[in-house]
Amino acid sequence: MDTTLLIAAAIKIAVFIGITMSFVSICVIFERRFSAIIQDRVGPNRTMIPLSILGFKKDLALPIGGLTQPVADGLKFILKEDFTPSYVRKLFFWLAPVLVVVPALLTMAVIPFGSPMEIAGNVIPMAVADLNVGPLYIFAIASLSVYGITLAGWASNSKYPFFGGVRACAQMISYEIALGLSIVPVLMFFGGLNLGHIVEDQVTNGWLLLPLWNEGGFIISSGYWADPQASIQRLLLLIPIFVSFIIFTTSIFAETNRMPFDLPECETELVGGYHTEYSSMKFALFFMGEYAAMVVGSALIVTLFLGGWSIGFGIDNLLPVGAWWVSLLHIGVFLGKVTFFILFFILVRWTVPRFRYDQLMNLGWIVFFEAALINVFLAALVIAYPSIGIMGLAIGFALLITATILLIKIAKSSLEKPSATAV
Amino acid sequence: MAIIKVERPKLSFGEKIYFGAALKGMVITLGHAFRSLLGKTTGAEELNSSGVGVTMQYPEQKWDDKLPEYYRGAPALVTDERDRERCVSCQLCEFICPPKAIKITPGEIPSDNEWAKVEKRPLEFDIDMIRCIYCGMCEEVCPEQAIYLRPDYVITGTNRTEMVHDKERLYEIGGKRVGLVNKWNDLK
Repeated sequence: MDTTLLIAAAIKIAVFIGITMSFVSICVIFERRFSAIIQDRVGPNRTMIPLSILGFKKDLALPIGGLTQPVADGLKFILKEDFTPSYVRKLFFWLAPVLVVVPALLTMAVIPFGSPMEIAGNVIPMAVADLNVGPLYIFAIASLSVYGITLAGWASNSKYPFFGGVRACAQMISYEIALGLSIVPVLMFFGGLNLGHIVEDQVTNGWLLLPLWNEGGFIISSGYWADPQASIQRLLLLIPIFVSFIIFTTSIFAETNRMPFDLPECETELVGGYHTEYSSMKFALFFMGEYAAMVVGSALIVTLFLGGWSIGFGIDNLLPVGAWWVSLLHIGVFLGKVTFFILFFILVRWTVPRFRYDQLMNLGWIVFFEAALINVFLAALVIAYPSIGIMGLAIGFALLITATILLIKIAKSSLEKPSATAV
Repeated sequence: MAIIKVERPKLSFGEKIYFGAALKGMVITLGHAFRSLLGKTTGAEELNSSGVGVTMQYPEQKWDDKLPEYYRGAPALVTDERDRERCVSCQLCEFICPPKAIKITPGEIPSDNEWAKVEKRPLEFDIDMIRCIYCGMCEEVCPEQAIYLRPDYVITGTNRTEMVHDKERLYEIGGKRVGLVNKWNDLK
């Protein structure tokens, strides 16, 4: 292997882990400030650089609106007493936080942060590992974090963490099915699993959720309609893709244990859920794992549905290919989109109240699972339209609608409570 | 009593799908966030908001003009119009003080002094502000109207000795009280 590629890979690993970790802390400050603003408060806005503990006379107060708060938070976690209760199962108690944070950081490896950069004749993709099975890799690794949370609940050897762990286990495994099924239409449309290629496809053909331009030009110009059948098909495809987007985004919320689905750690019922017995840096690892999962989730949504690093609207094609500043610009655009999604996560947190546990399970198993399944066939019909013709489409739709009605009937009957006499 | 059976409301399809309501909720939350950011939250004006939400930025902004007349802050000693110490170190406040915050070392006024007939004055008068509970009993019990609870509430220090107000500090806070001050009337 070329030494340039090796060095580039090492730099990429360092930089992207750095970006993820700093995004975790940015998440924390955003969460605190944005939550505060929603609740008519100010939030942490005056954290200083504590020069006085180094022997200087005064603390340095910079006008950066409390951006150093995450540093203070992190220092606090490191300096706190790390208390391990005597009754826990030590090995798993120590293993669990690691199992939460490592998968979340590993999944970052396949996300393309920016457009490929050309250095000394080598085209270097801006992802640590440019795998051909990107989303599958992410699902495979991310599902490992279930072990972390479940082990934390079990190893704590105490009631509330155990409940939290069991809940997390059931919830995350349930929503993984909807998560996986919901992006099948997306992958069918792109015909591949390489996230880098998926983004490049979106650069030329419009973002998946925003197909306002293609090779021919914008939607209003005649170039867009050069092949009217394909264009109409692409616009029709928006329906299944929008359903995919909704299911995928909601499932990401459930996977990361974020607010409407934060039953594993709901403090009103379970004290702190699975991390009740944890303190100091071990607790911070859970915290980081949750936020890192949120960052990766947002990055995946952006990559699949909102064009990843592309600026969009045909601007990318005007920029020189492979120049270093273009790559950096694209990284900036990507991070901007991820930030937008993180703000969206926080907004949802303060808008949608927490679900009841059976509602959560019903939503996962009865609504999303079926909807994702039907959605796959709907997308398949639209994609297959040119080859099966109008008759095939009609028959397919008729079959699909029958199947849908049947499924809804079955789902409804499964929701009915059994009557007392029937038992 | 009539029994009222409450039925669950029938939800329309749009309500069942939940999506529209969630979206509407997000718009409301975001709108509220923007109003909060612009300092237009309800009540921001009368709560002296700093510009974000209804929060007042404390050390820079204060509510001193809204303190009520009967506010009980730091206890302090006062002098009369001729700069005489009113305190005669009878130690009643020391005895009444529920948390035992006051410590008085009585001293005698020398016989060649102009006010020798008062006989006693405090040699030292310490109030431990960590212990003080601002109950105002010292003010109430004082026969000489020498100790008052002032509206000062910013009492800070970096160690315990700094939090003990000595005689000098107490007179500094208390200042001068002119005329015969009846402790029961409204004017403090």
